Amino acid sequence: MRLRLVKQDTSFDFFSRWKMWLGISGILMVIAFVSFMLQGLNFGIDFRGGTTIRTESPVVVDVAGYREALAPLELGDISITEVFDPNFRDDQNVAMIRIQAQEGQEAVTSETTKAIEAAMKGYEPGIKFTSVESVGPKVSGELIQTAVIAVVLAIGAVLIYIWLRFEWQFAAGAVLALVHDVLLTIGIFSELQIKFDLAIIAALLTIVGYSLNDTVVVFDRVRENLRKYKKRPLNEVLNISINETLSRTFMTSVTTLLALIALFVLGGDVIRGFVFAMIWGVIVGTYSSIFVASAILLYLGVKRDWSKPDANAGNQYANIDA
Amino acid sequence: MLHIDMWKRILIVLVCATGLGLALPNAFYGPVEQHNDAVAAIELRGSTAELEAQKALWPEWMPSGLVNLGLDLRGGAHLLAEVQVEDVYASRMEATWPEVRDALRSLTPVRRQQSPADELRVRLNDPEKMAEALQIVRGLARPVVTLTGAGADDIDVSGAEGVITVTLSDAERMSTDERTMQQSLEIIRRRIDEVGTREPTIQRQGAERILIQVPGIGSAAELKDIIGTTAQLTFNPVISRGADENANPGIGNMLVPSLDEPGAFYTIEAAPVVTGEELVDAQPSFDQNGNPAVNFRFNTTGARKFGDYTAENIGAPFAIVLDDEVISAPTIQSHIPGGSGIITGNFTVEESTNLAVLLRAGALPAGLTFVEERTVGPELGQDSIDAGKVATLVAFVAVLFFMFASYGLFGIFANVALIINVGLIFGLLSLIGATLTLPGIAGIVLTVGMAVDANVLIFERIREELKTAKGPARAIELGYEKALSAILDANITTFITAVILFAMGSGPVRGFAITLGLGILTSVFTAIFVTRLFVVIWFERRRPKTIEV
Repeated sequence: MRLRLVKQDTSFDFFSRWKMWLGISGILMVIAFVSFMLQGLNFGIDFRGGTTIRTESPVVVDVAGYREALAPLELGDISITEVFDPNFRDDQNVAMIRIQAQEGQEAVTSETTKAIEAAMKGYEPGIKFTSVESVGPKVSGELIQTAVIAVVLAIGAVLIYIWLRFEWQFAAGAVLALVHDVLLTIGIFSELQIKFDLAIIAALLTIVGYSLNDTVVVFDRVRENLRKYKKRPLNEVLNISINETLSRTFMTSVTTLLALIALFVLGGDVIRGFVFAMIWGVIVGTYSSIFVASAILLYLGVKRDWSKPDANAGNQYANIDA
Repeated sequence: MLHIDMWKRILIVLVCATGLGLALPNAFYGPVEQHNDAVAAIELRGSTAELEAQKALWPEWMPSGLVNLGLDLRGGAHLLAEVQVEDVYASRMEATWPEVRDALRSLTPVRRQQSPADELRVRLNDPEKMAEALQIVRGLARPVVTLTGAGADDIDVSGAEGVITVTLSDAERMSTDERTMQQSLEIIRRRIDEVGTREPTIQRQGAERILIQVPGIGSAAELKDIIGTTAQLTFNPVISRGADENANPGIGNMLVPSLDEPGAFYTIEAAPVVTGEELVDAQPSFDQNGNPAVNFRFNTTGARKFGDYTAENIGAPFAIVLDDEVISAPTIQSHIPGGSGIITGNFTVEESTNLAVLLRAGALPAGLTFVEERTVGPELGQDSIDAGKVATLVAFVAVLFFMFASYGLFGIFANVALIINVGLIFGLLSLIGATLTLPGIAGIVLTVGMAVDANVLIFERIREELKTAKGPARAIELGYEKALSAILDANITTFITAVILFAMGSGPVRGFAITLGLGILTSVFTAIFVTRLFVVIWFERRRPKTIEV
């Protein structure tokens, strides 16, 4: 008796309402973008400079008390949040203190850190400082720049690869699906105001990779079926291809999600945001490879006769069955 | 039909065995680490019984490469320092001033003018002699030795209205910057090595930055104390001594406070007679009264300059200046020809030892600004390791179970391949000496989830082919054949993003890119070769008439 996530032969019609799906995706992207523009992201110190101190104490965290203890130092905007995690021991009370970048300083000076630590020790003698991170405004500016370049480069490189291996319509579909995934991920980070730091950029690029992986598998089948069913309309060919790969799509998504959920629950609070981005990305990426990438393909149309080399559209890489 | 050549089989098994062998030390992290430390210590300082015992914790013939743990897992400090390369221009100009003065002495008296630090402005008493003066000063220029700036001079000299302006040329600035960076790197490395911590990373980043990562150190502030002290030692002629901190020292002179006499200030000539760069040795010692002091010795040029100066200035005071503070200002009693001397002050034994270390390592040629610093405590690192271990284990078990439930026997093949896969990732990480970070662990977990993808693609394809193909052997063969293009395309695209992440990212992100990239390589290898080998061997033995995937 085998576990089947998707029954043997499916024939769901994914494209009867493809315009609606594209519309929904479009609206979601607009919402994500508006949220990003209005609220902005809750940038971590990687991207806006400043200092974070992680404290651990045997006594329950009192945010107001911490704030009072630090007030005499006049460090400007201070945010204090308590951190919860199921992995914590009973006497492990963790808080994050974030201090804005100080006027005229690159990284925070040792004196400032020492002053903060002394003030906190005065308030709560048992407190420990398990991590102190400080990023100067110069570096954070560069980090934003590199991050944006990395995401754009990744998408660009992929565009070229798919173009070489398939046709430009496939590349367009895949890249729009990627933009969709990246935008929706940024949107949810802005909407929920989850801390957006360097690790999230890594997560974004992984989402790009994963979503693409999914899209390419579907496209590979579409290419094969276009050769096989030369006379069928494009939406039928797409439907057949997606149905044929549906079982694999679900299997892979579920195994990946299983692993990620384990990490989300048990992996500790330090990487929770990062794992959250990936879980969200796997879900969105799976959706987008069917409802965005393939729908775009349907909208753009493709070259139908793949048996003969086409002098105009073809290129030497498209027919390599590696 | 279903056939793999014997040599290929052997090769596949060998690759797996090598990978797993390389990964093995990581399963015994503690003992292997002690073994490696002991081997290094014996190499350095000779053998002791204790070290031999530690060395025996791991057999010599086994591979002993370990995956380095990143700072976020082991705890430690990370600093990104920006070297103020312009500092060196100023000290170059300081050194040029006496040269220019002496060269022009026979022509016309000159006075130094106020100027930006990277410029030297000299006013001629007799502006009429400008043309000759320019020629003489230009004659002081030396050719720059660089790949691109061949033929360029090290200084640019221009003159207007009786003032000669000397600056470093662009070619010289470039080669000076390069030297400054090399020196800074070397000195930081030596200072950290003197403290003797394990596996520090000291890397140049970009044009003007140095990345310093030291595992196991308590805080970034501590690390800064080790490398941040400039230990710029100079010997300057003293002009006067006073108590006014706002006194105007005059052009070309400096007002510096005394280290141990509060309220005392010395006016000294800014251009030093000798600098700490010309020291060859410095040792902690005691002066004739039994107080801690530091003995030093100059190299030949330093010794000559020092000897000449002391011979000419007997009876004059002389300042020993460390980081813009006068340590002591003895009067020159006699000509000191040997090039060695002693620095006395109100030192403790510890201070004199530290000073000797700093002097030996040499002064940083330029100041450092710290633009990024991170400290991770060892407790947090350990928590992260523990959490990562549990999460990886649970993820593993969940995926293994799920694969078995979905594909039965084929699922078991995929599962064994998955275990080999993770072993191979660790083997490769140890082999290239990569660093495992917390996001890196996430990369491995993600690989566990995604690695089965290639197998899923193949198995699903075999299922499809079973419906149409003639016989199970043909179905398996077609399954592998037709799934291949999807597997390659899908993984190459993911690999592209991993490469970009590696190239653009830093620190933990880079760690993630490495495990993700290696994970893709190993998972494609295990799916295409390892599971296939299992399936083929199984098929040859059983020859089933029908199969269920």
